[in-house]
Amino acid sequence: MVAAVQSLEEARAWAAAARVPDPEVPCVTVEDLGILRWLRMENGVAVAGVTPTYSGCPAVLAIEMAIEAALRDAGFDARIERVMSPPWTTDWITAAGREKLRAYGIAPPEQTSGSKMALFGETTVPCPRCASTATEKLSEFGSTACKAQYRCTACAEPFDYFKCI
Amino acid sequence: MSLFEGVLELADDHLVLGHRISEWCGHAPMLEEDLALPNMALDLIGTARSLYEYAGKLEGAGRDEDDLAYLRGEREYRNLLLCERPNEDFAHTVLRQLYFAAFMQPYWQAALKSSDEVIVGIAGKAVKEMAYHIRHAGEWVIRLGDGTEDSAQRMKNAVEALHLYTGELFEPGAETHALPDRTALQPTWEATIDRVFDDAMLSRPVVQYPQTGGRKGVHGEGLGHMLAVMQSVHRAHPGATW
Repeated sequence: MVAAVQSLEEARAWAAAARVPDPEVPCVTVEDLGILRWLRMENGVAVAGVTPTYSGCPAVLAIEMAIEAALRDAGFDARIERVMSPPWTTDWITAAGREKLRAYGIAPPEQTSGSKMALFGETTVPCPRCASTATEKLSEFGSTACKAQYRCTACAEPFDYFKCI
Repeated sequence: MSLFEGVLELADDHLVLGHRISEWCGHAPMLEEDLALPNMALDLIGTARSLYEYAGKLEGAGRDEDDLAYLRGEREYRNLLLCERPNEDFAHTVLRQLYFAAFMQPYWQAALKSSDEVIVGIAGKAVKEMAYHIRHAGEWVIRLGDGTEDSAQRMKNAVEALHLYTGELFEPGAETHALPDRTALQPTWEATIDRVFDDAMLSRPVVQYPQTGGRKGVHGEGLGHMLAVMQSVHRAHPGATW
Protein backbone atom coordinates (compact mmCIF):
# COMPACT_ATOMS: atom_id res chain seq x y z
CA MET A 1 0.00 0.00 0.00
CA VAL A 2 2.78 2.38 0.89
CA ALA A 3 4.40 1.77 -2.48
CA ALA A 4 1.14 2.54 -4.28
CA VAL A 5 0.72 5.82 -2.43
CA GLN A 6 4.31 6.76 -3.17
CA SER A 7 3.94 6.07 -6.86
CA LEU A 8 0.78 8.17 -7.02
CA GLU A 9 2.64 11.02 -5.40
CA GLU A 10 5.52 10.51 -7.79
CA ALA A 11 3.17 10.58 -10.75
CA ARG A 12 1.65 13.84 -9.52
CA ALA A 13 5.09 15.37 -8.99
CA TRP A 14 6.25 14.15 -12.41
CA ALA A 15 3.21 15.75 -14.05
CA ALA A 16 3.99 19.06 -12.34
CA ALA A 17 7.67 19.02 -13.33
CA ALA A 18 7.08 17.71 -16.85
CA ARG A 19 5.00 20.75 -17.83
CA VAL A 20 7.93 23.16 -17.45
CA PRO A 21 8.82 24.70 -20.84
CA ASP A 22 12.37 25.12 -22.11
CA PRO A 23 13.19 28.83 -21.53
CA GLU A 24 14.91 29.22 -24.90
CA VAL A 25 12.64 26.97 -26.94
CA PRO A 26 9.31 27.44 -25.13
CA CYS A 27 7.33 25.30 -27.58
CA VAL A 28 8.74 22.17 -25.95
CA THR A 29 8.73 21.01 -22.34
CA VAL A 30 11.53 19.44 -20.34
CA GLU A 31 9.70 16.14 -20.84
CA ASP A 32 9.58 16.57 -24.64
CA LEU A 33 13.32 17.22 -24.67
CA GLY A 34 14.06 14.24 -22.46
CA ILE A 35 16.11 16.35 -20.06
CA LEU A 36 13.82 15.57 -17.11
CA ARG A 37 15.31 12.15 -16.47
CA TRP A 38 13.51 10.83 -13.43
CA LEU A 39 11.58 11.87 -10.38
CA ARG A 40 11.42 10.10 -7.07
CA MET A 41 10.16 10.83 -3.60
CA GLU A 42 12.89 10.73 -0.96
CA ASN A 43 11.65 11.19 2.61
CA GLY A 44 8.80 13.37 1.45
CA VAL A 45 11.00 15.45 -0.89
CA ALA A 46 10.41 15.34 -4.64
CA VAL A 47 13.84 14.88 -6.22
CA ALA A 48 14.09 15.53 -9.96
CA GLY A 49 17.02 14.33 -12.08
CA VAL A 50 17.85 16.87 -14.79
CA THR A 51 20.45 16.59 -17.56
CA PRO A 52 22.08 19.47 -19.45
CA THR A 53 21.92 19.36 -23.26
CA TYR A 54 25.30 21.05 -23.79
CA SER A 55 28.12 21.57 -21.28
CA GLY A 56 27.73 25.31 -21.33
CA CYS A 57 23.98 25.52 -21.85
CA PRO A 58 23.09 28.77 -20.05
CA ALA A 59 19.52 27.56 -19.68
CA VAL A 60 20.43 24.71 -17.32
CA LEU A 61 20.18 26.79 -14.18
CA ALA A 62 16.96 28.48 -15.33
CA ILE A 63 15.44 25.09 -16.12
CA GLU A 64 16.44 23.65 -12.76
CA MET A 65 14.97 26.63 -10.93
CA ALA A 66 11.75 26.45 -12.97
CA ILE A 67 11.30 22.74 -12.22
CA GLU A 68 11.93 23.31 -8.54
CA ALA A 69 9.40 26.17 -8.53
CA ALA A 70 6.82 24.05 -10.38
CA LEU A 71 7.19 21.28 -7.81
CA ARG A 72 6.83 23.74 -4.94
CA ASP A 73 3.74 25.26 -6.55
CA ALA A 74 2.28 21.76 -6.68
CA GLY A 75 2.84 21.49 -2.93
CA PHE A 76 6.06 19.48 -2.80
CA ASP A 77 9.32 20.05 -1.03
CA ALA A 78 11.69 19.81 -3.96
CA ARG A 79 15.33 19.24 -4.84
CA ILE A 80 17.13 19.00 -8.18
CA GLU A 81 19.92 16.58 -8.96
CA ARG A 82 22.06 17.27 -12.01
CA VAL A 83 22.68 14.05 -13.91
CA MET A 84 25.73 13.99 -16.21
CA SER A 85 25.93 10.33 -17.12
CA PRO A 86 24.89 8.94 -19.51
CA PRO A 87 25.10 12.16 -21.52
CA TRP A 88 21.98 13.54 -23.17
CA THR A 89 21.61 13.03 -26.89
CA THR A 90 19.04 14.35 -29.32
CA ASP A 91 17.64 10.81 -29.58
CA TRP A 92 15.93 11.56 -26.28
CA ILE A 93 13.66 14.18 -27.80
CA THR A 94 10.26 12.55 -27.99
CA ALA A 95 8.26 12.17 -31.21
CA ALA A 96 5.79 14.74 -29.88
CA GLY A 97 8.71 17.06 -29.09
CA ARG A 98 10.04 16.77 -32.65
CA GLU A 99 6.66 17.67 -34.10
CA LYS A 100 6.33 20.67 -31.77
CA LEU A 101 9.77 21.89 -32.83
CA ARG A 102 8.87 21.60 -36.51
CA ALA A 103 5.58 23.42 -36.02
CA TYR A 104 7.49 26.18 -34.20
CA GLY A 105 9.85 26.62 -37.16
CA ILE A 106 12.85 24.71 -35.81
CA ALA A 107 13.98 21.70 -37.83
CA PRO A 108 14.31 18.74 -35.45
CA PRO A 109 17.49 16.62 -35.48
CA GLU A 110 17.55 14.51 -38.64
CA GLN A 111 19.41 11.38 -37.68
CA THR A 112 20.20 9.47 -34.57
CA SER A 113 23.27 10.53 -32.67
CA GLY A 114 25.11 7.32 -33.50
CA SER A 115 25.36 8.44 -37.09
CA LYS A 116 28.80 9.73 -38.04
CA MET A 117 27.23 11.46 -41.00
CA ALA A 118 25.04 13.54 -38.74
CA LEU A 119 27.96 14.49 -36.50
CA PHE A 120 30.00 15.62 -39.48
CA GLY A 121 27.15 17.55 -40.97
CA GLU A 122 26.68 15.47 -44.12
CA THR A 123 22.97 15.49 -43.73
CA THR A 124 20.01 17.02 -45.51
CA VAL A 125 17.76 19.16 -43.36
CA PRO A 126 14.25 19.71 -44.73
CA CYS A 127 12.80 23.20 -44.28
CA PRO A 128 10.35 23.17 -41.34
CA ARG A 129 8.02 25.54 -43.22
CA CYS A 130 7.80 24.19 -46.78
CA ALA A 131 9.49 20.77 -46.33
CA SER A 132 11.83 21.43 -49.28
CA THR A 133 15.20 19.75 -49.02
CA ALA A 134 16.81 22.59 -50.97
CA THR A 135 18.41 24.02 -47.87
CA GLU A 136 21.88 25.23 -47.01
CA LYS A 137 23.82 25.68 -43.81
CA LEU A 138 24.70 29.27 -42.92
CA SER A 139 26.44 28.67 -39.62
CA GLU A 140 27.31 25.69 -37.48
CA PHE A 141 26.46 27.74 -34.42
CA GLY A 142 23.08 29.37 -34.18
CA SER A 143 21.26 31.51 -31.64
CA THR A 144 21.92 28.86 -28.97
CA ALA A 145 24.65 26.22 -28.69
CA CYS A 146 22.20 23.44 -29.56
CA LYS A 147 21.15 24.96 -32.87
CA ALA A 148 22.71 25.62 -36.28
CA GLN A 149 21.49 28.22 -38.76
CA TYR A 150 20.10 27.15 -42.11
CA ARG A 151 18.37 28.79 -45.03
CA CYS A 152 15.77 27.34 -47.37
CA THR A 153 16.54 28.20 -50.98
CA ALA A 154 13.00 27.21 -52.09
CA CYS A 155 10.94 29.47 -49.79
CA ALA A 156 13.85 31.75 -48.81
CA GLU A 157 13.19 31.42 -45.08
CA PRO A 158 16.09 31.22 -42.68
CA PHE A 159 15.54 28.70 -39.89
CA ASP A 160 17.18 27.04 -36.92
CA TYR A 161 18.17 23.39 -36.98
CA PHE A 162 18.36 21.52 -33.69
CA LYS A 163 21.76 19.90 -34.07
CA CYS A 164 22.01 16.16 -33.90
CA ILE A 165 24.41 15.07 -31.16
CA MET B 1 50.04 14.19 -8.83
CA SER B 2 46.62 13.84 -7.27
CA LEU B 3 43.36 13.53 -9.16
CA PHE B 4 42.43 16.95 -7.76
CA GLU B 5 45.47 18.51 -9.45
CA GLY B 6 44.77 16.65 -12.70
CA VAL B 7 41.16 17.86 -12.81
CA LEU B 8 42.25 21.39 -11.91
CA GLU B 9 44.71 21.49 -14.85
CA LEU B 10 41.92 20.50 -17.21
CA ALA B 11 39.53 23.03 -15.70
CA ASP B 12 42.11 25.81 -16.08
CA ASP B 13 42.73 24.92 -19.74
CA HIS B 14 39.03 25.15 -20.50
CA LEU B 15 38.32 28.33 -18.55
CA VAL B 16 41.32 30.24 -19.88
CA LEU B 17 40.70 29.31 -23.51
CA GLY B 18 36.95 29.84 -23.08
CA HIS B 19 37.59 33.34 -21.74
CA ARG B 20 40.02 34.09 -24.58
CA ILE B 21 37.44 33.16 -27.22
CA SER B 22 34.71 35.08 -25.41
CA GLU B 23 36.83 38.22 -25.92
CA TRP B 24 35.75 38.07 -29.57
CA CYS B 25 32.09 38.55 -28.67
CA GLY B 26 30.92 41.61 -30.58
CA HIS B 27 34.22 41.90 -32.49
CA ALA B 28 34.13 38.89 -34.80
CA PRO B 29 34.71 39.51 -38.52
CA MET B 30 31.22 38.33 -39.49
CA LEU B 31 27.88 37.67 -37.83
CA GLU B 32 28.12 33.89 -38.07
CA GLU B 33 31.45 34.00 -36.24
CA ASP B 34 30.01 36.30 -33.63
CA LEU B 35 27.62 33.44 -32.89
CA ALA B 36 30.14 30.65 -33.32
CA LEU B 37 32.94 31.95 -31.10
CA PRO B 38 30.83 32.68 -27.99
CA ASN B 39 29.06 29.34 -28.49
CA MET B 40 32.41 27.56 -28.46
CA ALA B 41 33.37 29.65 -25.42
CA LEU B 42 30.18 28.47 -23.70
CA ASP B 43 31.09 24.83 -24.37
CA LEU B 44 34.53 25.34 -22.85
CA ILE B 45 33.36 27.36 -19.86
CA GLY B 46 30.54 24.89 -19.22
CA THR B 47 33.04 22.04 -19.14
CA ALA B 48 35.31 24.14 -16.90
CA ARG B 49 32.45 24.65 -14.43
CA SER B 50 31.79 20.91 -14.16
CA LEU B 51 35.52 20.30 -13.69
CA TYR B 52 35.97 23.02 -11.05
CA GLU B 53 32.93 21.79 -9.17
CA TYR B 54 34.41 18.29 -9.12
CA ALA B 55 37.89 19.58 -8.22
CA GLY B 56 36.39 21.41 -5.25
CA LYS B 57 34.80 18.19 -4.02
CA LEU B 58 38.02 16.21 -4.51
CA GLU B 59 40.04 18.78 -2.61
CA GLY B 60 37.55 18.79 0.26
CA ALA B 61 38.75 22.16 1.56
CA GLY B 62 35.44 23.95 1.08
CA ARG B 63 36.44 25.76 -2.13
CA ASP B 64 33.68 25.92 -4.74
CA GLU B 65 33.91 26.53 -8.48
CA ASP B 66 33.89 30.31 -8.03
CA ASP B 67 36.72 30.19 -5.49
CA LEU B 68 38.83 28.08 -7.81
CA ALA B 69 38.15 30.21 -10.87
CA TYR B 70 38.22 33.69 -9.37
CA LEU B 71 40.39 33.59 -6.27
CA ARG B 72 43.57 32.01 -7.55
CA GLY B 73 46.46 34.07 -8.89
CA GLU B 74 48.47 33.66 -12.04
CA ARG B 75 51.11 31.40 -10.49
CA GLU B 76 48.39 29.09 -9.17
CA TYR B 77 46.88 28.56 -12.60
CA ARG B 78 47.95 25.29 -14.25
CA ASN B 79 46.67 25.82 -17.80
CA LEU B 80 48.56 25.07 -21.00
CA LEU B 81 50.44 28.06 -22.41
CA LEU B 82 48.62 27.46 -25.71
CA CYS B 83 45.26 28.26 -24.07
CA GLU B 84 46.37 31.64 -22.75
CA ARG B 85 47.97 32.91 -25.97
CA PRO B 86 46.40 36.23 -26.96
CA ASN B 87 43.85 36.32 -29.77
CA GLU B 88 46.06 38.38 -32.09
CA ASP B 89 44.29 38.12 -35.46
CA PHE B 90 41.55 35.71 -36.54
CA ALA B 91 44.11 33.26 -37.98
CA HIS B 92 45.75 32.88 -34.55
CA THR B 93 42.34 32.38 -32.95
CA VAL B 94 41.12 29.60 -35.22
CA LEU B 95 44.48 27.83 -35.26
CA ARG B 96 44.69 27.88 -31.45
CA GLN B 97 41.17 26.43 -31.36
CA LEU B 98 42.06 23.69 -33.83
CA TYR B 99 45.22 22.75 -31.91
CA PHE B 100 43.31 22.47 -28.64
CA ALA B 101 40.21 20.72 -29.98
CA ALA B 102 42.30 18.21 -31.95
CA PHE B 103 43.93 17.32 -28.63
CA MET B 104 40.86 17.35 -26.40
CA GLN B 105 38.60 15.32 -28.69
CA PRO B 106 40.73 12.13 -28.46
CA TYR B 107 41.43 12.97 -24.80
CA TRP B 108 37.73 12.92 -23.93
CA GLN B 109 37.26 9.87 -26.14
CA ALA B 110 39.84 8.05 -24.02
CA ALA B 111 38.28 9.46 -20.83
CA LEU B 112 35.01 7.69 -21.67
CA LYS B 113 36.79 4.56 -20.40
CA SER B 114 37.87 6.23 -17.15
CA SER B 115 37.36 4.43 -13.85
CA ASP B 116 35.87 7.67 -12.50
CA GLU B 117 32.19 8.12 -13.31
CA VAL B 118 32.20 11.91 -12.96
CA ILE B 119 34.98 12.12 -15.55
CA VAL B 120 33.02 9.77 -17.82
CA GLY B 121 29.96 12.02 -17.50
CA ILE B 122 31.88 15.20 -18.36
CA ALA B 123 33.70 13.43 -21.22
CA GLY B 124 30.43 12.20 -22.73
CA LYS B 125 29.28 15.77 -23.29
CA ALA B 126 32.61 17.29 -24.23
CA VAL B 127 33.74 14.70 -26.79
CA LYS B 128 30.99 15.65 -29.24
CA GLU B 129 31.44 19.37 -28.69
CA MET B 130 35.15 19.07 -29.45
CA ALA B 131 34.34 17.27 -32.72
CA TYR B 132 32.36 20.35 -33.74
CA HIS B 133 35.20 22.64 -32.75
CA ILE B 134 37.71 20.64 -34.81
CA ARG B 135 35.48 20.88 -37.83
CA HIS B 136 34.63 24.55 -37.46
CA ALA B 137 38.16 25.75 -36.68
CA GLY B 138 39.61 23.35 -39.26
CA GLU B 139 37.40 24.76 -42.01
CA TRP B 140 38.64 28.25 -41.21
CA VAL B 141 42.28 27.16 -41.19
CA ILE B 142 41.76 25.67 -44.66
CA ARG B 143 39.83 28.70 -45.93
CA LEU B 144 42.50 31.13 -44.75
CA GLY B 145 45.56 28.98 -45.47
CA ASP B 146 44.39 28.27 -49.02
CA GLY B 147 42.90 31.74 -49.41
CA THR B 148 44.34 35.07 -50.44
CA GLU B 149 47.99 36.03 -50.26
CA ASP B 150 47.28 38.00 -47.10
CA SER B 151 45.23 35.30 -45.37
CA ALA B 152 47.77 32.61 -46.26
CA GLN B 153 50.61 34.71 -44.83
CA ARG B 154 48.65 35.35 -41.64
CA MET B 155 47.95 31.63 -41.29
CA LYS B 156 51.68 30.87 -41.73
CA ASN B 157 52.52 33.48 -39.11
CA ALA B 158 50.03 31.89 -36.72
CA VAL B 159 51.55 28.43 -37.23
CA GLU B 160 55.01 29.82 -36.56
CA ALA B 161 53.84 31.60 -33.42
CA LEU B 162 51.66 28.90 -31.91
CA HIS B 163 53.36 25.66 -32.82
CA LEU B 164 55.99 26.34 -30.15
CA TYR B 165 53.33 25.75 -27.52
CA THR B 166 51.94 22.43 -28.76
CA GLY B 167 54.64 20.21 -27.23
CA GLU B 168 53.20 20.98 -23.80
CA LEU B 169 49.96 19.21 -24.75
CA PHE B 170 51.68 15.85 -24.50
CA GLU B 171 53.60 16.31 -21.27
CA PRO B 172 52.85 13.45 -18.89
CA GLY B 173 50.05 14.43 -16.55
CA ALA B 174 48.31 12.98 -13.55
CA GLU B 175 49.45 9.47 -12.75
CA THR B 176 45.99 8.15 -12.15
CA HIS B 177 43.72 5.68 -13.89
CA ALA B 178 40.93 8.23 -13.82
CA LEU B 179 42.53 10.45 -16.47
CA PRO B 180 43.91 9.48 -19.89
CA ASP B 181 47.60 9.33 -20.75
CA ARG B 182 48.36 12.52 -22.67
CA THR B 183 51.55 11.24 -24.25
CA ALA B 184 49.60 8.54 -26.12
CA LEU B 185 47.48 11.13 -27.95
CA GLN B 186 50.25 12.70 -30.01
CA PRO B 187 49.90 10.50 -33.14
CA THR B 188 46.13 11.14 -33.31
CA TRP B 189 46.66 14.86 -32.85
CA GLU B 190 49.34 15.01 -35.54
CA ALA B 191 47.13 13.06 -37.97
CA THR B 192 44.25 15.53 -37.48
CA ILE B 193 46.52 18.54 -37.92
CA ASP B 194 48.19 17.04 -41.01
CA ARG B 195 44.81 16.30 -42.57
CA VAL B 196 43.77 19.95 -42.18
CA PHE B 197 47.20 21.36 -43.09
CA ASP B 198 47.29 19.35 -46.33
CA ASP B 199 44.13 21.08 -47.51
CA ALA B 200 45.27 24.42 -46.11
CA MET B 201 48.61 24.34 -47.97
CA LEU B 202 50.44 24.56 -44.65
CA SER B 203 53.22 22.43 -43.27
CA ARG B 204 53.63 21.32 -39.70
CA PRO B 205 56.93 22.74 -38.41
CA VAL B 206 59.43 20.82 -36.33
CA VAL B 207 59.96 22.63 -33.07
CA GLN B 208 63.44 22.43 -31.58
CA TYR B 209 62.69 24.09 -28.28
CA PRO B 210 59.05 23.74 -27.22
CA GLN B 211 57.73 26.31 -24.78
CA THR B 212 56.43 24.80 -21.55
CA GLY B 213 55.83 25.86 -17.98
CA GLY B 214 52.09 26.41 -17.79
CA ARG B 215 51.56 23.21 -15.83
CA LYS B 216 54.02 24.49 -13.21
CA GLY B 217 52.39 27.91 -12.99
CA VAL B 218 55.01 29.70 -15.10
CA HIS B 219 53.01 31.74 -17.59
CA GLY B 220 53.39 34.40 -20.23
CA GLU B 221 52.62 37.99 -19.32
CA GLY B 222 49.23 37.81 -21.03
CA LEU B 223 47.64 35.54 -18.44
CA GLY B 224 47.95 38.05 -15.59
CA HIS B 225 46.15 40.71 -17.61
CA MET B 226 43.46 38.23 -18.62
CA LEU B 227 42.86 37.08 -15.05
CA ALA B 228 42.73 40.67 -13.82
CA VAL B 229 39.86 41.36 -16.20
CA MET B 230 38.14 38.02 -15.63
CA GLN B 231 38.35 38.17 -11.85
CA SER B 232 37.71 41.87 -11.27
CA VAL B 233 33.97 41.68 -10.61
CA HIS B 234 34.24 38.76 -8.23
CA ARG B 235 37.13 40.33 -6.36
CA ALA B 236 35.32 43.69 -6.09
CA HIS B 237 32.18 42.02 -4.74
CA PRO B 238 33.37 38.96 -2.81
CA GLY B 239 30.66 36.38 -2.29
CA ALA B 240 28.15 38.21 -4.48
CA THR B 241 25.51 36.09 -6.18
CA TRP B 242 23.33 36.97 -9.15
